[in-house]
Amino acid sequence: MTVATGTVETAPERAATVDYNMDVVRQFTIATMFWGVAAFLVGVFIALQLAFPMLNLDLPWTTFGRLRPLHTSAAIFAFGGNALIATSLYVVQRTCRASLWGGPALASFLFWGYQFFIVLAGTGYVLGITQSKEYAEPEWYVDLWLTVIWVLYLVIYLGTIMRRKEPHIYVANWFYLAFIVTIAMLHVVNNLAVPVSWFGTKSYILWSGVQDALTQWWYGHNAVGFFLTAGFLGIMYYFIPKRANRPVYSYRLSIVHFWSLIFIYIWAGPHHLHYTALPDWAQSLGMMFSVMLWMPSWGGMINGLMTLSGAWDKLRTDPVLRFLVVAVGFYGMSTFEGPVMSIKPVNALSHYTDWTIGHVHSGALGWVAFISFGAVYFLVPKLWNRRELFSLRLVSYHFWIATLGIVLYITSMWISGIMQGLMWRAYNDLGFLQYSFVETVEAMHPYYVIRALGGILFLSGALIMVYNLYRTVKGNYADVAETAELVPAGAAAE
Amino acid sequence: MAKFSHAVLEKNVILLLIGTLITVSIGGLVEIVPLYTIKSTIEPVKGVRPYSPLELMGRNIYIREGCYSCHSQMVRPFRDENERYGHYSLAAESMYDHPFQWGSKRTGPDLARVGGKYSNAWHVQHLADPRSVEPGSVMPAYPWMLTRELKVKDIADHLRANRTVGVPYTDEMIAKAAADVAAQADPEGDHDLDGLRKRYPKAAIADFDGDPKRLTEMDALVAYLQILGRMVDFKKYKTKDLQQ
Repeated sequence: MTVATGTVETAPERAATVDYNMDVVRQFTIATMFWGVAAFLVGVFIALQLAFPMLNLDLPWTTFGRLRPLHTSAAIFAFGGNALIATSLYVVQRTCRASLWGGPALASFLFWGYQFFIVLAGTGYVLGITQSKEYAEPEWYVDLWLTVIWVLYLVIYLGTIMRRKEPHIYVANWFYLAFIVTIAMLHVVNNLAVPVSWFGTKSYILWSGVQDALTQWWYGHNAVGFFLTAGFLGIMYYFIPKRANRPVYSYRLSIVHFWSLIFIYIWAGPHHLHYTALPDWAQSLGMMFSVMLWMPSWGGMINGLMTLSGAWDKLRTDPVLRFLVVAVGFYGMSTFEGPVMSIKPVNALSHYTDWTIGHVHSGALGWVAFISFGAVYFLVPKLWNRRELFSLRLVSYHFWIATLGIVLYITSMWISGIMQGLMWRAYNDLGFLQYSFVETVEAMHPYYVIRALGGILFLSGALIMVYNLYRTVKGNYADVAETAELVPAGAAAE
Repeated sequence: MAKFSHAVLEKNVILLLIGTLITVSIGGLVEIVPLYTIKSTIEPVKGVRPYSPLELMGRNIYIREGCYSCHSQMVRPFRDENERYGHYSLAAESMYDHPFQWGSKRTGPDLARVGGKYSNAWHVQHLADPRSVEPGSVMPAYPWMLTRELKVKDIADHLRANRTVGVPYTDEMIAKAAADVAAQADPEGDHDLDGLRKRYPKAAIADFDGDPKRLTEMDALVAYLQILGRMVDFKKYKTKDLQQ
């Protein structure tokens, strides 16, 4: 028990002796919010395109097909990636009581190198430069650049852990480390390609057909498993105990959670290929491991939620903690929904429909974004030496507006997805297919409008957050009165 | 043997790293490697051939525009999909696809067997202005493809790169690549059409975009759409011949 908790409780006086590199954490935090808003904005726009197709504008650079990867990459790699690097570089320094290996110049190169990757990838999509592998769209030269940056990230991270002044490596770092090395493995294998020429953008992927499909979804599902799950579990294991001021619920559960999660996740990729030309044995194996994955996922959820033991009342008074904890709730929900959807007969209905989109967003908005918001709300006052945020009330507004947005989003996608799946397979009394394809498209319209509305709410919440953080950084506000009003007996602050 | 304690891994980051790498490697190896070693993974059917140079260029446009975001190319073995789209897709049918285009979402219909279902003129009209032929469609319009010249200067390099990753393009196919592009979109011109048909059986040969003077991106994209799903003759096979 003491192992898991010891390093979290870093006393301020001890911290003062280490020359932490917080500049780069500040940079990555700002980038997180910048790209977050960009990702949500593009998301809202392409959601509106599906409801109102004239918004494609008949131009090459603004069609749904080109903007969709811009949205997914901005959300996963720009927003999520910056949040992960910001928090991991903060956590690794604090829990190891060591400054970043390689010094400020290398850290700064990591920051600008990663932003350059994002810009290179994003501008490419708009110009039509893509490999067409989902969540791995960047072409070969962008992939090579990312590989360099990613190895640098790993080296800085490992180097910092090796310099640690704590005997144990804190559990959050296991998850961050697994995220970094596994993403490196997936990225390299999935993107092996032969360029047409050294001066052109186009390449041809080494793998083909059925093998390429499984390699892609081995990558794709574990981009979810390691980028969007393991990395963010690292956030959970540090920021929830810190904000709740409670030790992690169970040290033993952390160990079981870690190893079972990373072992099982890798096998789950084939559930993206049910009933396709992938051989049945691989589909069944993928389904089996996907169902098994429910257990470590919920083990982790329980470990996160039960950390609140004895501190549940803080949820009422501290909206930052509420973001962190509700995120874990959404994590539990989408990691239950996922195994259900991986069962073949369920997948027969859900695959190719909006149900999948809804499922992804309950994870992306509810889990990934919420836990990032919580972590950033926690970090910003610390990074800029403020006692508390400019306004906890605005955090509360953000929370409820964003939650309402998610609810609209996922419920509309459940309905449209299940409805479309049922319409595709409906037969009339004479034994003919009841609906033409376009009739099922037309039936989606109201739900696409509701979904876009949900996205607009989520974006609005993020803009409130940006304002709140801006005022926090700017300083000179009467935070005492504001905090006192919302937080009785100083329960939430620190 | 000394009792293993997890604390060992918590105190040595290199051991933790190696343990993690081994743990995350197993699943992928067990699932992916057999797809190369088990022969029946790719069904033994005849007819699947490399794309003609014009189809390949069209396929690259399909990829560039992100068509896979909304269109799958993978018919599942269900009664309704069989009636709506045709025979379920085989692994063999995408064996030369680098990368695969199976897709994951059907905002629009599956395209695995769209070849030959609609006329060239319908495709051109539909791509340029989808709602003029299908009022309920939410597809983006691509009118600019009608005027954009197809870039074919490096077509032989494209075939060569494909050969490097395993597509059986012959020396002859590479040597005649530029001529084959011109021939496929200009049946009235002075081209070696018989050679093209021999190299690429079943290829749709037509002035796809209706403008014989120019070779546009529209020509290439429609040529690609018109070959989709037509390479294998399913009348020749029973279901048991297609088991993996």
